[in-house]
Amino acid sequence: MSTTYAVRDSMTMLRRNLRHLSRYPSLAVMLIAVPVVFLLLFVYVFGGTLGAGLPVDGGGSRADYLNYLVPGIWVMTVSSVANGTAVAVAIDRTGGMFDRFRTMDIARVSVLTGHVLGAVIRTVLALTVMVGFALLLGFRSQAGVAGWLGAAGLVLLLAFSFTWLTVAMGLAAGSVETASNTPLVLMVLPVVSSGFVPTEQMPAGLRQFAEHQPFTPVIETLRALTSGTPVGSAGWLAVGWCVVIAGVGYAWSRHAFGRTTAPAR
Amino acid sequence: MLDGVDLTVPAGSVYALLGPNGAGKTTMVNILSTLLAADAGEVRVAGHDVRREPARVRAAIGVTGQFSAIDMFLTGRENLRLMADLTHLDRATATRDVEALLDRFDLADAADRRALTWSGGMRRRLDLAMTLITRPRLIFLDEPTTGLDPRSRRAVWQVVREQVADGVTVLLTTQYLDEADALADRVGVLDAGTLLAEGTPSELKAQVPGGATSLDDVFLALTGHAADPADTSEVTAR
Repeated sequence: MSTTYAVRDSMTMLRRNLRHLSRYPSLAVMLIAVPVVFLLLFVYVFGGTLGAGLPVDGGGSRADYLNYLVPGIWVMTVSSVANGTAVAVAIDRTGGMFDRFRTMDIARVSVLTGHVLGAVIRTVLALTVMVGFALLLGFRSQAGVAGWLGAAGLVLLLAFSFTWLTVAMGLAAGSVETASNTPLVLMVLPVVSSGFVPTEQMPAGLRQFAEHQPFTPVIETLRALTSGTPVGSAGWLAVGWCVVIAGVGYAWSRHAFGRTTAPAR
Repeated sequence: MLDGVDLTVPAGSVYALLGPNGAGKTTMVNILSTLLAADAGEVRVAGHDVRREPARVRAAIGVTGQFSAIDMFLTGRENLRLMADLTHLDRATATRDVEALLDRFDLADAADRRALTWSGGMRRRLDLAMTLITRPRLIFLDEPTTGLDPRSRRAVWQVVREQVADGVTVLLTTQYLDEADALADRVGVLDAGTLLAEGTPSELKAQVPGGATSLDDVFLALTGHAADPADTSEVTAR
């Protein structure tokens, strides 16, 4: 199978994916709704109290907490869109579309590439909405163009790695319901990181976990990039985690795609 | 699942694999269509070894499985177009073939509605049309008429006959002897993963004293037990 066909088939699959999105915009809105609710809830209900606990002179305000929270919400948005990817992949697997594609003489990689490219595009759209929403609520950044570009690059890398991971989860799931539940771990983990409150205030054990799990360096790096402070070692850790997760997700996806047939209905 | 099944299907003929649920018919189709690897043995499809040259096998075959494998979120026309694009048909040919198949399968009126809103029979016909648009030389049909009303069933039979007239080879699985009888040049009776008997439909029926009218009769004669012990009511109904 030539490269030309690999590209052509991938574009066909991507068109199919985007057509789903344009036909069911409500599905995309649902995926953005979760991080939006978290943002509103944490800023307006808990934000005053949580802001006072931030390590700034004389305690922070609700506005300070908004600035602290926003990078974590962006990461949560990536998780939420990735959750939708797992569901879409599981529908294709259990509905027999993957089996149909697997009996056709097409570039095999295109089947999964279509999902991955589609997911990255959905993430970009969702994040654009979320950045706009954060600015509307009063999020202010000290960062320059380089900082924003760096943040955008890291979020895209994260989206890419989570997408491969959730493609695998969707392939491995026995049902669409399982596929929508497994990736919830990606929604919960940001809460147990430095995303919502500084890890210093957590009890021992939980604190060690929060400091060393992948979400923390990613969120710390985004926070530093968008606030114009030095990134430090968190940046490399963040990129490293993303590469590892993408690699594991890719290998797992390829393995699962080659051997799963649709369950009998 | 399968044990020592040995069969040959000549090009341009129809072969029916006859057997009850769980006999291994779907496993057989999955192996022949490169979805599953056989533990042992040699399988050649359209002149190519399925293990060593799966891409060449895939280029020659079309598969319509037991359950409609269609994109529920796309319209009927878009589903066909997707298959045409993946077969790398040029734009004009793709458009022409899509319209021709929509007409042929009586789906033109519903073509721009999402498949989600279609009836089961329409989905099965679309599935078959999606297989044909890829212009296969060899078609696998896994229980193509199970659950279909008699009219749709006749329509599927007619399509199979047209394809064979065009020189296409068809391997189908079925639970119904009358279907094998109506369509197949040769029939293989599969039970619990083994090929019990093989021959033309009339040869098979001749094995039953007094002549067989249903699969159950053939099964009773060949194995001494009913095709599906849990479903004995059907035996008496026939």
